[in-house]
Amino acid sequence: MCLGIPGQVVEIIDPADHRATVDVDGVRREVNVGLVMGDAGGIKVGDWVLIHVGFAMTKIDEEEAASTLEFIKQLGSVYDDEIRDFSAEAPL
Amino acid sequence: MKFVDEYRDPAAARQILGHITELAKDGHYKFMEVCGGHTHTIYKHGIENVLPETVELVHGPGCPVCVIPMGRVDDAIAVAETPGVIFTSFGDMMRVPGGNGNLLEAKARGADVRMVYSPLDALRIAIANPDKKVVFFAVGFETTAPSTAVTVMKAMEKGVTNFSLFCNHVTIVPPLKAILDSPDLRLNGFLGPGHVSTVIGNRPYRFVPAQYGLPLVTAGFEPLDILQSILMLLRQIDEGRCEVENQYTRAVPEHGNPKALEILAEVFELRPHFEWRGLGFISQSALKLREKYAAWDAELLYEVPGVRVADPKACQCGEVLKGVIKPWECKVFGTACTPETPIGTCMVSSEGACAAYYNYGRFTKHQTVAVELGRSKAPAPV
Ligand code: SF4
Repeated sequence: MCLGIPGQVVEIIDPADHRATVDVDGVRREVNVGLVMGDAGGIKVGDWVLIHVGFAMTKIDEEEAASTLEFIKQLGSVYDDEIRDFSAEAPL
Repeated sequence: MKFVDEYRDPAAARQILGHITELAKDGHYKFMEVCGGHTHTIYKHGIENVLPETVELVHGPGCPVCVIPMGRVDDAIAVAETPGVIFTSFGDMMRVPGGNGNLLEAKARGADVRMVYSPLDALRIAIANPDKKVVFFAVGFETTAPSTAVTVMKAMEKGVTNFSLFCNHVTIVPPLKAILDSPDLRLNGFLGPGHVSTVIGNRPYRFVPAQYGLPLVTAGFEPLDILQSILMLLRQIDEGRCEVENQYTRAVPEHGNPKALEILAEVFELRPHFEWRGLGFISQSALKLREKYAAWDAELLYEVPGVRVADPKACQCGEVLKGVIKPWECKVFGTACTPETPIGTCMVSSEGACAAYYNYGRFTKHQTVAVELGRSKAPAPV
C-alpha cells in the first residue's frame, strides 16, 4: 500500500470537489487531486501524478512516470496487487 | 538520469559500485534504509550482495503495517465485531495478527470487514449504507495521513455522521530518534524515505546531522537510486560533511507538499505517546483527531479493550524493525513464520523486511546487480 503508482490525468470531473479521472497503465479510476491543485500550474488533463491510496500526492514528469511504472512492474506481485486494488470498485 | 534505461544501466551501476568500493575500503559503514519500499528494491535486485563487505545495509521501521502493535489490532477487531458496524481496512492490515487473531478471522466469524483501496471508498460505503456505521482503520505515515484527513474533512462537509476513523497514523521522525538513542545500533547514516518526504520535505531530518552528527540522503526507489544514495553518504563522510541531501529530487520537493501539511495540521494533533511494535512507547509519535472532529473519532465512539498485548515470545520483529538483526536471523523465519502463516507483522506486509527477504531470498552472493539490471532492461521511453 505504500508505493506510489504513477498515472496520467485524463479528465477533470469536478474541479471544486477535486475529482479527476486518472489512467494507470490503461486502468482508469477516479482519484482526488486536492493535494496537488496548489502546485505550480495547478492540475490539468495530461499531467502525470504519483497516486497513493486514491489521492494524487505529487506531480512528476513523464520520464519519471515511465520509469517508476516500469520499476513497479518489475516488482511483480506488488504491481499486480496495486493495480488490483486501484481498479477495485468500493465494496458498497 | 532522465530516461528509464539510465536507471538500470549496468555500466552505470558498475561505475557507482566502483566509487563505493573505493570510498569504503578503509572502514565499515552501516547505513539504515528507513523505508520498506527501499528494503524491497534492495532484496529484489540483490543489492546487498554486490556491495563491498565494508558497506552494510540495515532495515528500518518504515513499514506502517509492521509497526502497529498487537493491542491495536485487537481494538480494531473489537470495533469490527460491534453489531451494525462495517469495518473497512487496507488489504495489508487484514492479516496482521493481534492477540486475538486477525481481521480476516473476524470476518470469517461474521463481522462485516471490507477491504478498501482508499479512505474515500470507506466514506462512499458510509454514504451508501446510512443505516450502518462505517469505521475506517487508518494506518500509515505522513504519506497516507493527508488522504485520511481530507476524507474526514469531506465527511464533515457532507454531514456524513455514520463514518468514523480508527486512527493509527504515525510520524517518521520520532522512531528515527528512538533508534538513534538506542544503544543497540551504531549507524553511519540513513537512506531517507522517499514518499514520506514528498509530503514533509527534507527539513524535518535536519536533526540527524545537527544532533547526532550523521548524514541522511533522501533516496528514490530504483536500484541506481539506492546505489547513488549510498555513494552520496560515503562522499559526505569522506569530505567531512554531514548534512541532509536529496537524491530523489524527481519526486521530493525541498519543502514537501505545503497543502498536505496544512490539512494534516487542521485535522490531527500529536498523541502524548503511542506504542510501536518492537520499539515500545514513543512520545509524540502518532496522530489523533482534533477535538473539532471528535464526532468522527472511533476511539471515542466504541468500546475497545485498549490493552497492551506483548508480542509472541518467538517473534523478533522488534529487532528487525530496529535493524539489530536481519530477517533470516529470527529463529522462526521461513519455518513457523511465512507470508502464509505470519507470526510477526514484518512477514505480513509486502513492504516488511521479512516478507521481502522471504520472497527474494534466492539471490546469491555471486549474482551481480549488473546481471540483474541487464536482464530486466526496460523498453525505450516514449
Ligand atoms: S520472521 Fe516472523 S516473527 Fe521473525 S522477525 Fe520476521 S516477521 Fe517477526
